[in-house]
Amino acid sequence: MKNYDSYQHVRGESLFLDDLTSPEGVLHAAIFSSPIAHGLIKTIDFHEALNSSGVIAILSAKDIPGENQIGGIIPDEVLLASEKVDYIGQPIALVIADSYLNAKKASNKIKINLEKLPPIFDPREAFRNNSLIIPSRTFEIGDVERAWKSCDLIIEGTADSGGQEHLYLETQAALAYPQEGNKIKIISSTQSPTAVQRTTARILAIKMNQVEVDVTRLGGGFGGKEDQATAWAVMAALGAYKMKAPVKLVLKRNDDMRMTGKRHPYSSDFKIGLTNDLKILAYEVTFYQNAGAAADLSPAILERTLFHTTNSYFIPNVKATGISCKTNLPPNTAFRGFGGPQAMFVIESAIFKAAEKLGVDPFEIQEKNLLNEGDEFPFGQRAENCNARKTWNELKRKINFEKTKVNIRNFNQENNLIKKGFALMPICFGISFTNTLMNQANALVHIYTDGSVGISTAAVEMGQGVNHKLRQVAAELFSIDLEKVSIESTNTTRSANTSPTAASSAADLNGKALENACRIILDRIITNIARELKVDDLKRLLIKKNILLLDNKPTEFTWEKLIQKTYTDRVSLSAQAYYATPGIYFNRNINKGKAFAYHVYGTAFIETALDCLRGIYKITDVKIVHDFGKSLNPVIDKGQAEGALIQGLGWMTIEEVIYDERGKLITDTLSTYKVPDLHFTPDKVEINFLEDSENPMGIFNSKAIGEPPLMYGIGGYFAIANAIKAFKQDTNIDCKAPMTPEKVLISLYSESIKQKPLKITKES
Amino acid sequence: MNTQLKNIKFICNDSDVEINIHPGTTVLDFIRNTLRLTGTKEGCREGDCGACTILIGELINNRLIYSSANSCLLPMGHMNGKHLVTIEGLNLKKTLNPVQQAFVDEGGTQCGFCTPGFIISLTGYLLNANNYILSDAVNSLDGNICRCTGHIGIKRAVEKILQNFQYANNNETEKILLLIENNFLPEYFKNILNRLKEISLSLKEEFKATEKSKYIVSGGTDLFVQKWDDIINSDIVLINKSKEKLITEVDGKFFIMGEATVSDLINSEIIKSIFPDIKNYFNLFGSLPIRNRATVAGNIVNASPIGDITCFLLALNATVHLSNESLKRTVPLKDFFKGYKSLDKAPDELIESVSFEITSEKFLFNFEKVSRRTYLDIASVNSSVYLEILNGEIKEIHLSAGGVAPIPLYLKKTRNFLLNKKPEVDIIIDGAAILNEEISPISDARGSAEYKRLLLRQLFYAHFLKLFPEIINAEELL
Repeated sequence: MKNYDSYQHVRGESLFLDDLTSPEGVLHAAIFSSPIAHGLIKTIDFHEALNSSGVIAILSAKDIPGENQIGGIIPDEVLLASEKVDYIGQPIALVIADSYLNAKKASNKIKINLEKLPPIFDPREAFRNNSLIIPSRTFEIGDVERAWKSCDLIIEGTADSGGQEHLYLETQAALAYPQEGNKIKIISSTQSPTAVQRTTARILAIKMNQVEVDVTRLGGGFGGKEDQATAWAVMAALGAYKMKAPVKLVLKRNDDMRMTGKRHPYSSDFKIGLTNDLKILAYEVTFYQNAGAAADLSPAILERTLFHTTNSYFIPNVKATGISCKTNLPPNTAFRGFGGPQAMFVIESAIFKAAEKLGVDPFEIQEKNLLNEGDEFPFGQRAENCNARKTWNELKRKINFEKTKVNIRNFNQENNLIKKGFALMPICFGISFTNTLMNQANALVHIYTDGSVGISTAAVEMGQGVNHKLRQVAAELFSIDLEKVSIESTNTTRSANTSPTAASSAADLNGKALENACRIILDRIITNIARELKVDDLKRLLIKKNILLLDNKPTEFTWEKLIQKTYTDRVSLSAQAYYATPGIYFNRNINKGKAFAYHVYGTAFIETALDCLRGIYKITDVKIVHDFGKSLNPVIDKGQAEGALIQGLGWMTIEEVIYDERGKLITDTLSTYKVPDLHFTPDKVEINFLEDSENPMGIFNSKAIGEPPLMYGIGGYFAIANAIKAFKQDTNIDCKAPMTPEKVLISLYSESIKQKPLKITKES
Repeated sequence: MNTQLKNIKFICNDSDVEINIHPGTTVLDFIRNTLRLTGTKEGCREGDCGACTILIGELINNRLIYSSANSCLLPMGHMNGKHLVTIEGLNLKKTLNPVQQAFVDEGGTQCGFCTPGFIISLTGYLLNANNYILSDAVNSLDGNICRCTGHIGIKRAVEKILQNFQYANNNETEKILLLIENNFLPEYFKNILNRLKEISLSLKEEFKATEKSKYIVSGGTDLFVQKWDDIINSDIVLINKSKEKLITEVDGKFFIMGEATVSDLINSEIIKSIFPDIKNYFNLFGSLPIRNRATVAGNIVNASPIGDITCFLLALNATVHLSNESLKRTVPLKDFFKGYKSLDKAPDELIESVSFEITSEKFLFNFEKVSRRTYLDIASVNSSVYLEILNGEIKEIHLSAGGVAPIPLYLKKTRNFLLNKKPEVDIIIDGAAILNEEISPISDARGSAEYKRLLLRQLFYAHFLKLFPEIINAEELL
């Protein structure tokens, strides 16, 4: 049950975009981008750059034949800026040359004259200036105003979470070829081939049927190539279209880091009210989302934040307001979790602060308020097949919680420079695109006359193993060897009008569409052979392990023979089928509905050891009980859970996106932006599969896995916070993530910074 | 336009390669663009992701020694007479080798982009280690970043490989044969030693500096990060390792050749005998492929305020030995740095060696470094201390700190204050106050000025807590 791409990966034989054999006469592009965060373009002088060695052309906004517009949700983003720039790194011109180095060198020779305008980087300041992407939105249940009166304790506070660089190992890349008939073919490293196709058509003023987009695989995506692969692909297409030659655009790492958006930083205000027996009665929260300079996917991300306001808890009175603030930073974008993690960090912060005030452990409040079957979410959906408590209890049993607690307490009593801390982190994540219309998919299946099967869907393989899962679906339905099934590239001419590979839903949606397509062909094959074998009751016929069975006895028809026979009888061996998630809807006027096909649940225990002298920490131990449904592929699913967990821990601890006061990214290299490495990874990570979980809404009863486990990482923040408090009980934990070693050390010694080192106790 | 071309002969995987090429072309570009071996990936071009890791096999005293390197920071000129191994060179015809198989079985690969680098690094470990120890094997992957797996499946794979294959031997030839026998390496590795010997007979002379020379490249681990696109258009000089001993001792005086790498330091018996903890200090320096290439002289001339080797040598009160065509001279390391990235060194002078003296047998030493990520990261602050105690008093002390000033700092005032005093809590607290006045950190990506001040105080305390656990009580100090 191994991911079938793995064989090629470990041999270095998988071909990523930059590995493809370059076509004859390929040209290379480099981007000239804005050096300031906000301003008006007065003049641009390409003269010297055009005379630079190897330069073929420099394309700017005026070279765009169609509409200079790439905005997906809201048309508010140009491909190439011509009048105004809104962030450092915003593309202005595309330099095309015979080599990348020549293109890059020439781009440094472009002279630009700008009139600076005052920039805004802080979302709250943007809000005060009414600089918003969309009007604010509010999700509400119960009546918070009335509920406050019944609360024994009300806590207010602020919680901030930082940005996160995707750091897919393969940078953004595209290769475009001009075709006959004014057509264009683009190979793109995108999660969203249809978006590339649609936007290219818009930019080039051609029809969508003149644009073919093909994707073989991505070297990681994590959401960073959902909306933000588009611009680069379209630029390559523009170059190819204008030059009538293939154009390749591969971003160098620091261009990629500077020019693309990240996970949205959020600054949020919360107010939480509880009774003395720890029941949360009311929760009010305002999320200030730092959207950056254009909408990108921010409105959808904000919406998912609102959907995940209460994480795994039932709170009867909730008022959650989301404000998408426009600032002069690169447009922030999708990142695994898509706004959900930001919401969960706030509710966990509120619980932490309430626990502090009440003198209890946060897990006592968490446990008291976990969702039960039938509980209503603030958006009106009810929890079905709710496994919140089941995973919580199962985890506590697995880690022998009472004993673990005592062990940690004892350790802390015996050690003064190393302190341990732990946290429990439950998660509840909704599965479906919250934009209901996107929950559709199609699949195209061909069976060739030798019995081999080729499958095309909208799913993009980016390491999550979706290709292998789809292969499993077809192999199981046809009951043939996996080796007979091949997953083709994701291509807009074979799969049209597709949704991006996102929202953890690619295996569900495309798997179900594939199931439908396979069943159509299977039905034709069986009907045809039944006629031949003079069998009236089709149920007597069954393909099992490459052989046709009649009344459970093997016939002479092997899979290959059966396929030959079907072909000879002139019955179609190809089918295209469709799937749309049933039963989901959402009314945006009242913000109520059944937005999700189902929820994914789980609980994590996270332990850390803190060096209180140096302020450095190690996450030492993570144990998780996760609801995978009936896992389609435990090796792949476990890998997804592990990778997401570590990415979430990275977001909460060492990963810090820093812009300077001019809006320039200063963490624009791998030497300044640090992601988890092998030593960061906890020594002990144990992922347990929740038993007996069924999920009829998922393919073969499985559950989506891509995003949810990332949110376990939030527990890392609170584990460290608890270790800090074990060293210094009265520390004020400010609920601002990430918890960097800097933050930790300053928390540990906040009051001594100014005094101790300056005070000379003895004259020398 | 630059026309500096050199004839370079080497073996790439199983093929002999001879080519006229600019010696500063990176190996990464050459293997991907010219040889079209695309299993080696470009991830960052700064030696921080490991997707471009390759192995270099070279003849050292007639032995074939392999080490890993980042091909994005590796000049072609240094490949002369070497064996270059890429992922394609590890593939067996019809089956996966046991390293590859373990990565597949244990979920050690997802998107696959970083994977060849990991396989290469681990194979480098198997070729290098005299006996296989799990923690060492894991450490050998400290230069590789995977964004998908969280490294958990990768660690499982490493564990499995070592469980199934245990071997202890320090004879390279036997080890290679055994690795071939167990399918870790293809057959052709058998003949590499002899093929390299043959090539070495016909090697052209080394490159020499000319007036046009713009860059002097030693390990290149920093220069190629900053200047790769300019290097290939410039005349460059490549420094090759001398055939002489890199690290020597004469009567308590230690000499380290400028071209000695960090790995050379860590593995030196001489250094290990005086600094038993050297491995713990310098495993925090870069990553294995970086340590294999980064040189002592490079770390010093780079003049980075947070150079780890420089910090270490400052606390040894080391002396820099400079030379050019006509002149040799020495400068105390603590006087070598004139200002930010400014040195007491003429453009044509090279650091020949660095020396230091250990006068007391009972000296104490400690190195501390804190960075945002513990491994493969640049220090927020680092600090080293050298101490001699006589009758309970500090008879000699050298103290250094990085990341707290425009230059790597020798903490003179703090030293003078501590000299001839007892290492006691009050004294150390007072010393920290002096220290605080001696530094001028700035806020940057590695931390705020306030943090760096606090952190250096803590590291200063850490020195004494570590060296005088009997005398100094943590609770009193903090």
